[in-house]
Parts: sequence; C-alpha cells; structure tokens
Amino acid sequence: MTAETTDTTANATDTTATDTETGATATPMGFGRMHRKEDARFIRGRGNYVDDVRLPGMLHGAILRSPHAHARILSVDASAAEAHPGVKAVITGETLAGMDLAWMPTLSGDVQAVLATDKVRFQGQEVAFVVAEDPYTARDALELIEVDYEPLEPVIDARRALDEGAPVIRDDVEGRTGNHIFDWEAGDREQTDAIFERAEVTVAQDMLYPRVHPAPLETCGAVADFDRVTGKLTVWCPTQAPHAHRTLYALVAGLPEHKIRVISPDVGGGFGGKVGIYPGYVCAIVGSIATGRPVKWMEDRSENLMSTAFARDYHMRGEIAATRDGKVLAIRVKVLADHGAFNGTAQPTKFPAGFFGVFTGSYDIRAAHCEVTGVHTNKAPGGVAYACSFRITEAVYLVERMMDVLACELDADPAELRMKNLIRPERFPYTSPTGWEYDSGDYPRALRLALDMVEYDKLRAEQAERRRDGGPLLGIGISFFTEAVGAGPRKHMDILGLGMADGAELRVHPTGKAVLRVSCQSQGQGHETTFAQIVAAELGVSPDDVEVVHGDTDQTPFGLGTYGSRSTPVSGAATAIVARKVRERARLVAAAMLEASPDDLEWSVSEAGGRWSVQGSAEHGRTIQEIAMAAHSNLELPEGVEGHLDAVTVYNPPNLTYPFGAYVCVVDVDPGTGQVKVRRFVAVDDCGVRINPMIVEGQIHGGLADGIGMALMQLMAFDEDGNHLGASFMDYLLPTSMECPSWELGETVTPSPHHPVGAKGVGESATVGSPAAVVNAVLDALRPYGVRHADMPLTPANVWSALQGTPIRTDLAVT
Amino acid sequence: MQITVTVNGQPYTGDVEPRLLLVHFLRDGLGLTGTHWGCDTSNCGACVVHVDGTPVKSCTALAVMCDGHEVTTVEGLERDGDLDAVQKGFAECHGLQCGFCTPGMMLTARWLLDRDPDPDEARIREAVSGQLCRCTGYENIVRAVRWAARHEAARAGAGTEARAGTGDGAAGGTREGTGP
Amino acid sequence: MQVPARFEYERASSVPHALALLERYGPESRVIAGGHSLIPMMKLRLARPDVLIDINGLEELSFLGVEDDVLVIGALVRHAQFLADPAVGRYFPIFHDAERVIADPVVRNRGTVGGSLCQADPSEDLSAAFAAVRATAVIQGPGGVREVPIRRFHRGPYETAVEPGELLVRLRVPIRPGAASAYEKVERRAGDWPVAAAGAQLRLDGGVIAEAGIGLTAVGAEHFAAPEAEEYLAGKAPGAEAFAEAGRIAAANCAPRADQRGPAAYKRHLAGELVRRALTRAAGRAAEGTAQGAGDRTGDRRGEG
Repeated sequence: MTAETTDTTANATDTTATDTETGATATPMGFGRMHRKEDARFIRGRGNYVDDVRLPGMLHGAILRSPHAHARILSVDASAAEAHPGVKAVITGETLAGMDLAWMPTLSGDVQAVLATDKVRFQGQEVAFVVAEDPYTARDALELIEVDYEPLEPVIDARRALDEGAPVIRDDVEGRTGNHIFDWEAGDREQTDAIFERAEVTVAQDMLYPRVHPAPLETCGAVADFDRVTGKLTVWCPTQAPHAHRTLYALVAGLPEHKIRVISPDVGGGFGGKVGIYPGYVCAIVGSIATGRPVKWMEDRSENLMSTAFARDYHMRGEIAATRDGKVLAIRVKVLADHGAFNGTAQPTKFPAGFFGVFTGSYDIRAAHCEVTGVHTNKAPGGVAYACSFRITEAVYLVERMMDVLACELDADPAELRMKNLIRPERFPYTSPTGWEYDSGDYPRALRLALDMVEYDKLRAEQAERRRDGGPLLGIGISFFTEAVGAGPRKHMDILGLGMADGAELRVHPTGKAVLRVSCQSQGQGHETTFAQIVAAELGVSPDDVEVVHGDTDQTPFGLGTYGSRSTPVSGAATAIVARKVRERARLVAAAMLEASPDDLEWSVSEAGGRWSVQGSAEHGRTIQEIAMAAHSNLELPEGVEGHLDAVTVYNPPNLTYPFGAYVCVVDVDPGTGQVKVRRFVAVDDCGVRINPMIVEGQIHGGLADGIGMALMQLMAFDEDGNHLGASFMDYLLPTSMECPSWELGETVTPSPHHPVGAKGVGESATVGSPAAVVNAVLDALRPYGVRHADMPLTPANVWSALQGTPIRTDLAVT
Repeated sequence: MQITVTVNGQPYTGDVEPRLLLVHFLRDGLGLTGTHWGCDTSNCGACVVHVDGTPVKSCTALAVMCDGHEVTTVEGLERDGDLDAVQKGFAECHGLQCGFCTPGMMLTARWLLDRDPDPDEARIREAVSGQLCRCTGYENIVRAVRWAARHEAARAGAGTEARAGTGDGAAGGTREGTGP
Repeated sequence: MQVPARFEYERASSVPHALALLERYGPESRVIAGGHSLIPMMKLRLARPDVLIDINGLEELSFLGVEDDVLVIGALVRHAQFLADPAVGRYFPIFHDAERVIADPVVRNRGTVGGSLCQADPSEDLSAAFAAVRATAVIQGPGGVREVPIRRFHRGPYETAVEPGELLVRLRVPIRPGAASAYEKVERRAGDWPVAAAGAQLRLDGGVIAEAGIGLTAVGAEHFAAPEAEEYLAGKAPGAEAFAEAGRIAAANCAPRADQRGPAAYKRHLAGELVRRALTRAAGRAAEGTAQGAGDRTGDRRGEG
C-alpha cells in the first residue's frame, strides 16, 4: 500500500492510514488528527518540569566548574565556602573518592569523573558541589572555593590527538599512552578497493560534521530525595530513559534497585541530550544522602552547553567510485571521531561508531567500506545526542554531500543522479552492503513527489537565468535519507547489557476505561495522545478513555526509553501488542457471555465502539465495556481466564524500521555579504502509517528547523587553549522564526511490514535529513564560483570565505 | 526591601533581596511556575511575562524594578474559566510540543494581537523572533496566532459566541501568505 | 540560573536625585535603565556594583520629539518607542533601519537608547547610527549640563565621556533639510550583534553631495565613523562609483578583528560593501523625495508601532 498527499493546499492532508491489515481505523476510535491531551496543562502554565518540583525542606546545589581545558588539580580548599552562611555542605572529588563515587560508568563502558580528583579534562568539568539553603547562596559560595590548578597542554584539534607526543588525556586509565579509543569498520574492504581501482570516475571529499549541541530549551537538572528512614531514593530528572537511569544508579551508587524511584516529569525537550546520567545528578543524590534533605540542582545554560552531551564532531573523508554515466559502484569512508575527554556516547554496545555503518544511504551500491577511529580530546564527552539516530545523521550527510560532489564532477543534475542510484522498490526488503536489512520503501516515488512539489525544472530555469544575468545567487539542494530506527532487536542491540526491548502494561477497569503504562518518556512527542490512539484503535474505545502513564519507574514496566526514534517502533508496538492481548482475552470472556465458541466470534469496530460478536449476527455481541465489566463480575469465566482483562507484554522488535524521505531546499545567497536566505523547504517523509499525522508533521517541522540551524549557524568551536566559544545562546545560535521558511510537507506511506501497526519512527527524520539539503543548496548556489565544498555552519563569513577560495575551518577559532 | 507587585490582578507585598530576578520572584516566591527560564542572556524568551501590558524577559529584570507595577503571567491569561483565544489557538494548531517555550510565546502573541488584531505571517514571525522554540520549527506557532486572530475577529464581528472550530487547526495546512 | 552578586538598590525620583545618589555612592554604583546589558554582566559576575541606581521612573528622560529643527531623544527612550515614532521615521530612516535589527521586539520594549550608547559595546548598532547623523550627547552632572559631540562620546570599548557622577540625559540630532539616511547590517541570525554594519546620511545640494555622514560598527572604526570616506564624498556627484570608492576608503581605514563572527578580511570587506550599500540606499531615498523635511513617512510599516 502506498499513498501520497501533500499539504501545500489548504486542508489537503487528510491522511491515509486506514488499513485493516495493520489494525488502523479512522478517528475518533484510533488514528487521525487528534488534538493533544497534554496541551490542556501546558497552555495554562500547568506543566510540571523538574525545576517546578518543590519539596519541604529542599536545599539547592550548584557546581563549581573548571576554567581550564586540561589541568592538574593541586588542591581544593572549600573551607571558606563551608563557613558561608546558608551553606549546608560542600562536596569535592575527595569527598566522593571516600565513598567510591568519584568516577561513574559511562554508557560506552568508559568511566567519567563525577567530580574531578586528579585532573580536569575539559573546560566546564565538574570540580565541586555546594549545597545551600537557596540557589543564590549556593552560587555565592562557589566563588569562595579555591582551586589550585597546574595548567597542562590541551588536545583541542582532533586531527592532532594521535600525534606522537600529544599530551595523554586519560592517564587515569592504566597503561594508556595515547588518546586512541577505538577502531571500528564495516563493509568489505577488498571488494570496495577493487572496484575503486577499476572505476571510470572517482571523487573524494573531506568534510566535517561539526560539534553541535541539542540545546533543549529546558536545561538538565535533578531533585534528589533520600529518605534515611526507609532507605528509598527518589530522583526527579528530565531523563529520556528513566528505567535505564534507575538501573545505572543502582550500579553506580550501590543502592538496591527496588529502593530507587526515578521520576521524569514533563521534559522541556530532550533531542538526545537527556539520555545519559550527568555528574550533577549524582551530586544531587550524594547531597541528599549527606544532608538528609531533598536537594535540587539545575544547570544554567552555559553549563548545559559546556558540559552535557554534544553531538557529531565527525571528521570524514568520503570517496565514491562510479561509472561515467553516473552509476555509483562503491563508496568508502574514513572517519576521525572526536569523543571528548570521556567516551560517554549513548549507543548500542556493539556499535562504537553508532549506526554510522548505514552510510550507503538510500542507494543501491555494490560495495562499501568504512573505518572509524575514535579519539579523546580536551572537550566535553558525548557524541550521540541531538536527534541523530545513533550517528545516522553523519552517515546521511556524508553520502548526500558525496552525491553532490559526484554530480559536480560529472556535471550531472543532482536529482537525476540520485534517481538513477536509488534502491528500486522491488529490491525490498533490501540488504545493504554493510548488512542492514531495509524493511520497505518506494524511494523514486518520494523523490518525484518532492521535485514536483518544489517545481524543480522551473527552479533550475530560474537559476540558469540568474546565472546569466547576475544578481543574487539561487541554490537548490536535495537530500534523500534513509533512517534506521527503533532499536533493538535485543540480541543485536543493548546498552551496557540492557537489551533494547520495551514493556507495556494495559489495565482495563470494570467500566472499560483503560490505563496504559509504558517505559518510554515523552519530551514533547505527545505520547499521552498517540499511545492512547493506538489502544483506542485496537480496542475500539475513545482515546479519551485511555490514560497513558509514563516517566515514573515505580508506575511503569521496564524499557529502554525514548531516543533513536524508538518510541513508536518499540513502545508503540508494545502498546498495540498488549492491547491485542486484552482484545483476545476479551474474546474469551465474550464467548462465555454469549455462550458461544471463541472461534465463532468476530471483532468489529463501529462508531459505537469495538465489540466481539457471533460471526454473521452482529446484533448478537458484546461491547468491550460490557466485556470489561463482565470480566470483573461474578460471571463464570472460561478456562484460561483468571479474571479481568489486564495484560502485560515485552516487545522485542524483529528489526529496525526504515523511514525515509526526500527533501529539497531552495536558498538565495548574497555574494556580496555571504548571507543565505532559505526561500523554501519541501519535505516529503515516509514514516509508514501515521498514527497522528498532526503530531508527525509537527515533529518534522522541528527537525527541519534543526537542519537550518546546523547548516547555517549552530557551532561549538574551541580556541587553542580549549576555551569553549559557544557557551551561551549569544554565541551558540539557534534558528528563530525569521530564519525558518514556512515548511512545505508531503508524504508517502509505505508501512513497515513487521511493525504491528505499520508505523516507523519519525522523531529524528527531519533532523537527520535536512542539514544536507541546506548545505547542498548553498553549495549549488556557489557552483559557478568553483566551490565544491565548505563545512557547516555556512555562516555569512564562511560563505564569503568559500567564495574567496578559503573556506573556514569551523571547529577551531576563526583567525 | 519591601515591594508590592500586582500579579495577575492580585497585589503581592513582600520583602525581597534587591538582586532577586523577576522570574524567581514569580516562580519561587509566588509559586507561578508557568513562567520558565531557558538561558541567562535574554536570548530565549522562555521567561517572557507582561509588565504593565508589555512583554518583558523576566530573567533580565529585577523584582524590585517591578515594585508598583502590574505583571501578567501565563497563569493570568485564562479569565473566569475562559481560555484566551491564543491559548485555544496553540492547542488547536499544535503550536506546542514540549510546552517549555509556550507560555512566553503566548504572552507575546497576546500583546501582538492587542496591538494588531490581524497580523500577517511576517509580522507574527517578527514579534516572536526573540523567543526560541526547539520543537515546532515555528510553523504551527504562526498558525496558532493566526487562528487566534481569526477567532477573535469572528467573535467581534458576529458579536455572538463564536465557538472555536476545529476545521483549520494544524490540519488545515492553510498557507498564511503575505496578508494585508 | 546565573544570578547577580548582592547589591543595594536605590530608585531615583528625579535627575537631580539620581545625580545625588551617584555622588553619595561613588564609583561602585551603577545606573540601571533597561538592564539588558548590565544584568547579564552582573549574572556572570563580570560587573559587581555595590549599588544600582534605577532611573526607570524618570519621565523627564523619556521625551522624544522635535524641538527647533532638532530631534531630541531622551536617554530613557526605549528602543521600541524610538522605532515606532513617526517623526523619527520621517527625518531619520537610518534609526528605523537600525532599530528593526537591534535585538528583538521584547528586548526592545525594555532596552533604552541611552543605555545602549553608554554600554559602549564596540559592536553597538546605535553608536554607528548616531555617528552617521552627527548627534550630540547631552550629559548632566553636579556642575550642570554639557554637550559632547557623539564622535567624542565614545572613548574606546566600554568607555564613554560620561564621567563618574554624571548621567547621559539626551541625544540631539540636527535635522538637515534634504538629507536622507540608511543603515545596513550583516548579522549571523536575527537578533544577533552585527558582524559589521554601516549607516550613512547624505545631504545633497545642487546635484552634489554637500555633506556625508558615515557610521561603522563592529569593525574597529574609531569613534564609529569613517571621516576619510566622508571627506572623499564631499562635493562629489552621488553615484555607484563614488559610493564604491567611499566604501573602499572606509574599509581601508577601519581595524576589524577576527572572532567567531568572521575573519578580519571578511569584516573589512563588509565595511566597504555595507558603506556602499548604505550610501546607495540613502541616495535612493533622497531621490525618491523621502529626504528629511519632504514630509513623507519612510519608516518601515512593519516596525513595532
């Protein structure tokens, strides 16, 4: 089943997700544009974010951070701070070392300092923690802590990290003599090299996907409340993965896991930056244990940008081998990955380079090979964050940039070149040369739709005219992406041994109202609405009759959380499965009620709701509400039904889902100033069946803005001393309403064959797919000047410098 | 020092440190946690409130500077149980996702509509240009404000209880072109 | 969140009261108006005044209007008020051009013209705009009122002619019949400080340039002005070639420094390009008859009115 629509005209998008095979039905009993349940509280200012949590007797923490990128700590004197009125405790690395808590495990099997004991390894690293009666006093006391540092030479340029004689950052690790973390490869080197040797055409391009930060509008923070009497620890923090946090706290702090409750309240955006555990969380916990009172810690914006998970920082060299008529034969890539001072990326254990291995993208390429080398630098840890689907962002950027480089070399049209190489629909399920099994797709259709929507030929004609007549430059950029989201399966994917499968519980009360409990946690995705719609579709009830409980480990079953666009593919699937279990149990109860054989019953959903009835006599049936009441009543229940309809499940996905899309960006570039104006952005997304198209489109809008931001302005550069040059929103620029055009969306629908409702994840699609479209558009505009590549962000200065033949190296200070 | 600030129509008198930021006075002093903060440099606008009817970034204002003035927060938008048209517009048009920027966005939108009841897309974009949203790409925020404008115009024009329809919410995809 | 260190707070009830408070508390006191420069500095604890003297209530400093062919701008005039004012738009479109790209509408509600000039940030837009139109700063102190030409007001980054114990009270800009003006800025993103920006005012007389004023910011131009380019233009016929040459002269005489907004060479290029563009636009306005005194309103209708 494939359908396509666009919303370029008023009310055109009335989506298509009606498919009896996939269980979808029309709104209001299921899928469709339903207003969000969450909004009632948010529009009234009644959300409950972590900084809104107030507990009796609560104290406030603040962190002293290192001004140096690399320095030895000679001494820490906290006595003046401790004596400051209102200060309750000062915790240093030494304090933590005494509790065996100075270091904590990272999500990549490394360790990270909670509070530095020996050295500081990046600017902004945590050195001491003050607990005081109020946040102002805590901040005042930070100024009273004296730290004696011996500055050391920092490693800032990742390309120099492996140099002979480079300072060793991780001398805490025994036997470490350099800054090398890992080498990882995928694909077939010999086959790839052999094709390159014989190829008619080869192109190569170095490119940097610079370090960026997801910068959710809400920073990170925590409220920790340790009850000395019961031994119970409750932690409120805006985590995307509450259950993983609970298990990790148990492992880090040695607290029994059943005495730990993690509550992730409303989360003000995450985008991957709220997956890991940060030192501040541990400090708040230790502060509460030390003082016996609840402790709140909220980082400020500079702390957020300087210390919490960055994303990308991939120095890449891509090469393509092709025929002269534009058939791509092989691709190979070398990557230098800057992981910062600690290897703390959040990704499945077996993938040290994340899912970068999917770098053949959307193209049918015979052979491929990549090598990724991870290194330490004196920068904050991270790497996988910011809606990247475990580094697919970098992979898509690489292959989409390379396709344009090849088009440049062949003097080919970038759209035609892509069309020629896209995986054909009949090739699905498609196994890529690096071993990924793409589940479903019709790529040419999506690209054709995008080109039609943007009126590609007309734009090329306008461009030709502009080039002839002079004046502002017009650029048209295309990006075609394929995502791989929804991790597991658990046997291939785990985080620190925790398999990536999600539980779900569904309770149906006697009156037929239901409560769904899921392990994932919304950061704005609208799970309370979407997941209620899934249950509604399966049970034939109103979504208003389904309450979704999430974000509280005491209230929900175990699961790995919301990141990598996995909520709908995994927890959404678990939701459909658990609802089907309820429906099947309801069949048995209905059979008892109707005195019929369960095999003789058929399920139907009408406007009146879902019901089991005897085949061929619809009037002889029972609604799900009647069945729910009966399941709690004195009815003699059949064999195998203990009572009630409640069900639990754990969903272990058989494969990832592979959403895809075709994006076209149109820009005007002022060659006199280097300024770029995005004129239009057309995005055709195929994420399979859309449960709530309104929410899907909203997520795409947000991701497209990310693409504008990363391509044109977002940047965290470092000077030679390791000073962070993007440590506030004055310097780390995020796109505003003025830089974003009115997005033009289109869709095709190719259901996932293995997802219970045919859905694929979409949360990260636009962030993954859009940067390449913007960059390709700008470079397309500059093509008459002989500019083949310049790195993001394409600031006015960088565009102008590229026009002069000297593009800026964007990871270092501009000189 | 002692100050009296009228917040959402209610006068509050209390002793505050001169350095207390308005956002903390509202959140910590009065428990009005609907006003958020997202940066320290007046760049994000999550903390926008009205002071004497004009939007101000409350992370960069001192509570003492508001002594004798009137402050309106998101909690004051709803009147006698009736949501403001802007609040309805944001819900109708999916103008929010995580909800963190929403209070500030709505307060600026309210101010804009008070001064220009029929703003075009460009004017709406300019009005909220000092406020960051990381979720919506601004598209549905613009639609939400347009929805509120149309809704209020219909209500004023008809002089009757025009009910908030659902026909042209986020689903509408109505292109808000360059209006008058 | 970052929070300021402790300070004492005084609210001035009149200009003499503000001056008395400044005298009483001495150099460790600071005047606060909109606070959008000072409070962030205080939160970072880069500024730690012992006392803040709040002048927000001083209506006498909020006057904005034309008196005897002079545009008078009280130091406490908010950016939004300055942007919205029809007389300002009529006589000095340069201010509308500039104000529309200063920070954002919400910040402009609070920030003041005087505060922006007194902060003396080397990238301040208004410093260049006022330099272009050759404004005069009026400073009041215990000894009375004195006037300082704007091109002597800024003594260097974050340094002005306002001495301890003094207060900038207003700006005066002479209305020159037949003059037209414009402002051009390149920013990395809406609301950002300029990478570079240029303002220009041209007064034509008998088909030639009788007087040119050129302001530059963020490129290390002394006193935010380009006097060599102004001199070059005097007596020349307006036109593309003359404006391009003026741009080249202005670029050659500024001293930009590299930072994350761009390399020095780029900023120098922009200085020339933006001077050329500002002059071209100002001349276009003069030709359209939207020059000062011509009576048409040229303020951008999209201004925050």
